[in-house]
Amino acid sequence: MAKVTVNDIEVDADAKDNCILAARRAGVEIPHYCWHEALSVVASCRMCLVEVGEKKPDGTVVMGPKLVPGCQTPVKDGTIIRTDSAKVKTAQQMTLELLLLNHPLDCSICDQAGECYLQDYTFKYGNAASRLDEPKIQRMDKYHIGEQIALFTDRCVMCTRCVRFTREISGTAELQVTSRGSHEEIDVFPDTPCDNKLAGNVVDLCPVGALCSKDFLYKKRVWWLKSASSVCTGCSTGCSIHVDQNEEKVYRLRPRDNPLAQGHFMCDDGRFGFKYIHDERRLQKPKLADAFASAASSNNLSKMNSYGDLKFADPWVDVLSFTRSKIKEAIKADARGFVAVLSPFMSVEEAYLLASYLKSMDKRVRLVLGCVPVVGSDDKYPKGPKGESPTAGKVKFTIRSEKCPNRLGVEAILRHFEGELVTLDQAVARADATAWYFVGGYNLGWVTESIDRAVGKPSLLIVQDIFASPLSERADIVLAASTFAERDGTYVNHSGLAQAARGAVRCPGDARADGRILMELTERKGLFNAMTLRKEIGMVVPSLKALADGDLGEYGVKISTAREPLYS
Amino acid sequence: MTFNKSKTVKWGEEPKLGWREAMYLPAIASGLATALRHVFAGKTTTRQYPEVEPVIPPNYRGVHRLNRDEEGRVKCVACYMCQTACPANCIEIIASPAPKDDPYWKDRDKFPQTFTIDELRCIYCGMCEEACPVDAIELTSIYDLTGYTRKELVFDKEKLLSIYDATSKTGKDPVRTNRGALGPASEEAATASQGPPPPGRGSHG
Repeated sequence: MAKVTVNDIEVDADAKDNCILAARRAGVEIPHYCWHEALSVVASCRMCLVEVGEKKPDGTVVMGPKLVPGCQTPVKDGTIIRTDSAKVKTAQQMTLELLLLNHPLDCSICDQAGECYLQDYTFKYGNAASRLDEPKIQRMDKYHIGEQIALFTDRCVMCTRCVRFTREISGTAELQVTSRGSHEEIDVFPDTPCDNKLAGNVVDLCPVGALCSKDFLYKKRVWWLKSASSVCTGCSTGCSIHVDQNEEKVYRLRPRDNPLAQGHFMCDDGRFGFKYIHDERRLQKPKLADAFASAASSNNLSKMNSYGDLKFADPWVDVLSFTRSKIKEAIKADARGFVAVLSPFMSVEEAYLLASYLKSMDKRVRLVLGCVPVVGSDDKYPKGPKGESPTAGKVKFTIRSEKCPNRLGVEAILRHFEGELVTLDQAVARADATAWYFVGGYNLGWVTESIDRAVGKPSLLIVQDIFASPLSERADIVLAASTFAERDGTYVNHSGLAQAARGAVRCPGDARADGRILMELTERKGLFNAMTLRKEIGMVVPSLKALADGDLGEYGVKISTAREPLYS
Repeated sequence: MTFNKSKTVKWGEEPKLGWREAMYLPAIASGLATALRHVFAGKTTTRQYPEVEPVIPPNYRGVHRLNRDEEGRVKCVACYMCQTACPANCIEIIASPAPKDDPYWKDRDKFPQTFTIDELRCIYCGMCEEACPVDAIELTSIYDLTGYTRKELVFDKEKLLSIYDATSKTGKDPVRTNRGALGPASEEAATASQGPPPPGRGSHG
């Protein structure tokens, strides 16, 4: 601990802090462009110049004669930082004037406008007038930087965050600075575009509008985006993300800083892999097989929802009550033959709702874990010069091969209710099931031919999924469910970190969030509320005791970290 | 936070009524006198509309138009400022990257793919005009807006440009300013320059 005084506010700073971090502890912002917590220090933008001095043991204060870059200056006991003196303010104004010298000021068409540090700092620390008396230097835009990245060269402030990212985090080193002085530009070598799996992060890192995502380019102004804190479901790393939406459409995913999960970044598979939630082929409404449909809807009118004089048919009322009676029938006929398949895309709450419901009806009902999609092997960064993986201990980012968010969470529920963990393959191999309840939610097709054949034509087949599959085609009951962006829930990542995800948009058509389907199916009182359910799970399931608080905070909480890899 | 009332606000008092004013008879009499004076003045003020059209002041806020730039393209850069400023939510823009291969568009980065204004929902406050950084949207002096259907009065980009073509040359609604490609801020250095101003972001490809 080091006692540091920032603008007369005394704080306890960490001995490893630089001036920016120490000031942040005191609630004082030191503006900066080139410095980033996850990257090395270059102190090139000069935006964080502050006055630094020292309080001697005898009480005298000695201030340094020159301004120093706050990002590069470590603090120690007795350090004094001044960010509000006239000297510092003048330096900030001059730095901003210099950075804006050749900036085109095309905020009106710049995608960054609204979340741009040039705008913010100019507003807070800048001087509105420019003294430039020459035409501005104009440079060509570069659309060839990467498949997903465009560079608007003249907006760049040469902070080199992007260059350092590709050198230090992704290790692929595609980007570099070319030329010198005021002709400096970011560029790639010919025929080596910045297309690595982490490339999308340079767009987030860019403090100005120089690097833009082609995917998001001109799609929406950022001030209209509303953001929900969520968790990426692309792999078991479980990156914390922001889901940015406007009017029920998700426009982009951004990484959310989480030191417990993934750090500051996310991979492009996750970043651009959310498109399936707006796929037109999504299941839009619940469906009963023709044989059941007529029986169920004979007294449809009586089950219409009514608001005053207004009446409308709710497709779910019939389907859910019918499903419930069918499940009861099937369990009464052959409880051991009723198999519920819980997918690792379910949240802990949903798995708990379904598992506790079925087990409360009959202990002999079998619960199994759905397919765990695994693609290749873990992809670790930073890459070496020849593309080789880093040695253990040097890993800064991992894209995991297990392409589902919540295997550990669902496993914990299954172990509690079933005692042992049975995979779908094992259940299929035994071939004694008479009724199936499948929960899907996978972002890509998951019904393989062997599953399809093994399931055959059971007496009852219920499928709760987001996309049509051979199983849903011939299912007796199809429940149109939701993706991660449409529901609240808890996901447990590869290391046992349980994170709360919030829904951002509504489901398409008459599809419903899985939690809501299961709340009504299981005839629980009230609406689906993830926090209440977490409290309940924390009490009931010993291995998930950490959820008992209900609130998992910004970063999530660790549940037991014991891990048995299914696939090693 | 507390304000010193006497310094920030000028407080007025309603004048107290005496017994004479409280009867209201003098006020009624003076009102009648004014009415009668106009009856016998022999000067009619009835306007013979539509045979004689009224003179509309130049700051009248009527139907919108979308201005064109020197090349005849839509001047709007699709920055969404008008849509953001609009209190009636009647403007809807869908932006697109300008076609880079087309030489006609090569110096433009972004343009409005569609630009629709619901003229019935609009309250003609002029906020869009205020917000526009490139003076692309302007309110004209057209006040007699009629149509048979509501749909007809949702104006799209072509319609708004045609209003520009129809009004800008008549002299009644001249283009008020000539701000350039990206707004006043981007022009500051250009106006200070001794040489000719740079042509927007002309060299972009």
